[in-house]
Amino acid sequence: MSTPNKVVKTSTRPGRALAILALILVSLGATALVTDASSVRLGLDLRGGTSVTLQPRASAGSDVTSEAIDQAVEIIRQRVNSLGVAESEVTAQGSGTNRQIVISVPGENGRRVVDLVGQTAELRFRQVLASGPGIPNATDTSTVATPVAGVSDAINQAYANLDCTNAASLQGTGSDDPTTPITACSKDGGAKYILAPAEVLGRQISKASAGIDTQAGSAWSVSLTFNNEGTSAFGALTARVTSLPEPTNQVAIVLDGIVQSSPRINEAIPSGTAQITGSFSQVEAQDLANVLKYGALPLAFDRGEVQQVSPTLGSEQLDAGLLAGALGLILVTIYSFFYYRGLGIVVTGSLTVAAFMIYLLVLVLGETIGFTLTLAGIAGIIVAVGITADSFVVYFERIRDEIREGRSLRSAVESGWVKARHTILVADAVSIIAAALLYFFAVGGVRGFAFTLGLTTLVDLFVVFIFTKPMMTLMAKLKFFNTGSRFSGVSDKSSGVTRSTTKVEA
Amino acid sequence: MSSIKGLGGRLYSGEKSFNIVANAKRWYALSAVFTIISIGALAFQGLHLGIEFKGGSAYTFTSNTATVEQARSTVEEAGISGEIIVQKVGDTKIRIQTGSLTNAESDAVEGAIVSTFGVSAESIDTQIIGPSWGKEITKKALYGLIAFLLVIMLFLAMTFEPKMAIAAIIAVVHDVFITVGIYALVGFDVTPATVIGFLTILGYSLYDTVVVFDKVRENTRSITSTSKQTYTQATNLAVNQTLVRSVNTSIIALIPVGSILFVGAGLLGAGTLKDLSLALFIGMLVGAYSSIYIAPPVLAQLREKEPAMIALAKRVQARGAGASTPTATTTTEATTSVITAERRGPRNQPKRKGRK
Repeated sequence: MSTPNKVVKTSTRPGRALAILALILVSLGATALVTDASSVRLGLDLRGGTSVTLQPRASAGSDVTSEAIDQAVEIIRQRVNSLGVAESEVTAQGSGTNRQIVISVPGENGRRVVDLVGQTAELRFRQVLASGPGIPNATDTSTVATPVAGVSDAINQAYANLDCTNAASLQGTGSDDPTTPITACSKDGGAKYILAPAEVLGRQISKASAGIDTQAGSAWSVSLTFNNEGTSAFGALTARVTSLPEPTNQVAIVLDGIVQSSPRINEAIPSGTAQITGSFSQVEAQDLANVLKYGALPLAFDRGEVQQVSPTLGSEQLDAGLLAGALGLILVTIYSFFYYRGLGIVVTGSLTVAAFMIYLLVLVLGETIGFTLTLAGIAGIIVAVGITADSFVVYFERIRDEIREGRSLRSAVESGWVKARHTILVADAVSIIAAALLYFFAVGGVRGFAFTLGLTTLVDLFVVFIFTKPMMTLMAKLKFFNTGSRFSGVSDKSSGVTRSTTKVEA
Repeated sequence: MSSIKGLGGRLYSGEKSFNIVANAKRWYALSAVFTIISIGALAFQGLHLGIEFKGGSAYTFTSNTATVEQARSTVEEAGISGEIIVQKVGDTKIRIQTGSLTNAESDAVEGAIVSTFGVSAESIDTQIIGPSWGKEITKKALYGLIAFLLVIMLFLAMTFEPKMAIAAIIAVVHDVFITVGIYALVGFDVTPATVIGFLTILGYSLYDTVVVFDKVRENTRSITSTSKQTYTQATNLAVNQTLVRSVNTSIIALIPVGSILFVGAGLLGAGTLKDLSLALFIGMLVGAYSSIYIAPPVLAQLREKEPAMIALAKRVQARGAGASTPTATTTTEATTSVITAERRGPRNQPKRKGRK
């Protein structure tokens, strides 16, 4: 401060910085070309589709581990792929054991996928101990229900009160302890059961398929094959129950506390291959086969969120997002010209460079790491326009401060930069920390917001360092700015300086 | 226009100065009132939670002829009981919101809409939220909040001073509190997008505060070696010097958020854009306020308790007393700082002499 007119030496090679910038933009563009990323990957909320978010839940006998989630993602992916919908996606979001599984199916046929992957938990075979219509028994339970021997009064009572027409009963339960008897509803809510402890588990099935049973008059049926462990367990189970009276000769196939099917066991099956017949439609048979085949998920899940967006709404949302972005950019530009006059050119130039860079990054990231742009993501970019422009405000005000201290414009551009740099770095670091934490803790679609917010802040840092600052250095050499034109935005009047007096202190 | 610029210059030199830090009690009182109203609103009215937190289903479809009453009776006839909210969105859209439904019930609702209004099932926008989902989001948001506060506190303590970190965090907590309070008071819907908005405010409010504190640090770097001004006065000068900057950054940040809000609320009606931008808009306004009126005074108060700063304040007061009135002991803190603030811009003195 004592020698205000000494030029502070910063990287005064604006040409080189701009060349680096050009190189980066060109290489980003080339990457986009090489990876054939011609269009931005849009999220389902912008092009229509169905997405399901599943929340892993610890259940009896299974903790939520990172491996279990990976395995679950793999199994669900197989299930979704088996339906043959192009561009479906199954991903785990979050970190470690604190992750959700997000299933995205584009287009209009998401419904069946949702129904199928909604059944996510471990498949178990349990002997039926009692069954009845899925409505609560008459109020005086003791006289109506015949208590089933061998299970606790609590279970009998729960069974009597169970109302399968109630939505909550069909959500699936987490208390599906394989070692104890349970009460359960059938999938359609039409029947309820008391079930014995599990004897065969989904993971003991090695194969399951749907096919037409030609012998029984071309009805659809499901064939399944057990592995060694499963063969002996299923053999013992069937041998024991086949001669018992109805309904105890049925074996319920239970998925997440919901009875998928409860076939009667016609004979002991020691061979390890079985066939389930009934009045299946083709879709029902295939879905049951898929449940049997891929049902052995290592985890239970809560179905967190299901979202179906029609393509019409998708394009409306895309238009709205783009409109908001354009509006924001134009208004910020107008404001910068209004307030910073000639410096508005630098603001507009910087924003254009930033926008172009983000566009290329979104293209490239879409192709390389599968980043999809959602509505929330667009919002993140637009909000970041403000943060980007803030960096310029900080810098320009610093330049004016320096001019007030009595420096020439060229000197102020350099010394102002040294001081503004620190502020910009710290402030952007705060933004990036915020975005990173949001990204890890946010659930579902809004993560896109955190991602683009962080990305744009990084780009902002970049642009300020290798575009805005070098541009200012170059422009400070121009007569228009240097001589303090009143439209330059850095005139003495704009800064509130009277030249003659400031010379006194120097 | 040019008068604002002129103001910027005068604020910088200290020629013109708003007594922001010295009047801390006034701002504290204002914020305390808002905070109490917020707590009251939260306690008595609570937040109006969207279905993402309560669990439930929402169906939106386009029909030129459908009325709210028709839609309601259609859903009721499909056998759905409980709370049903039917809204008209824009001119042609109907949004139906129900409690938690089973798959069968959900299908029934869609079937009823398809048959009554002649739309295809695929064109219905649906959102189905499980009953336990809200807890998960809330938990995550809370973890995010705690992690954020800890990380930021460490970061600011490392880059600035520990007490700046404390003051910044106090301001941030203040912002979130009041923003959430406004939500409770007005009854805006709180959705996950809103929560993300709240969390983003944390980052944004800090951004503003960082800009101010950076200047405070610069002004107070070697403050104890001179006896010209107290920490409070130096802080006040920094606030004034960065005032134009703070106002500008806030306006420029609010412009894009405002355009999202305009488009989101005006064209789309409800959804991510509106929820996110409304939370941001309110939060940024509150954040701009706190970065000027709350964070710097809190910082000054914290620092003034240090022995070195007390000693400095005494030296400055002695100087000020010697120069102004002999009975300086009765001078209130506020007036002291006015006097010194006017006098303090180092380059300022000759200038004013030259002018007058």
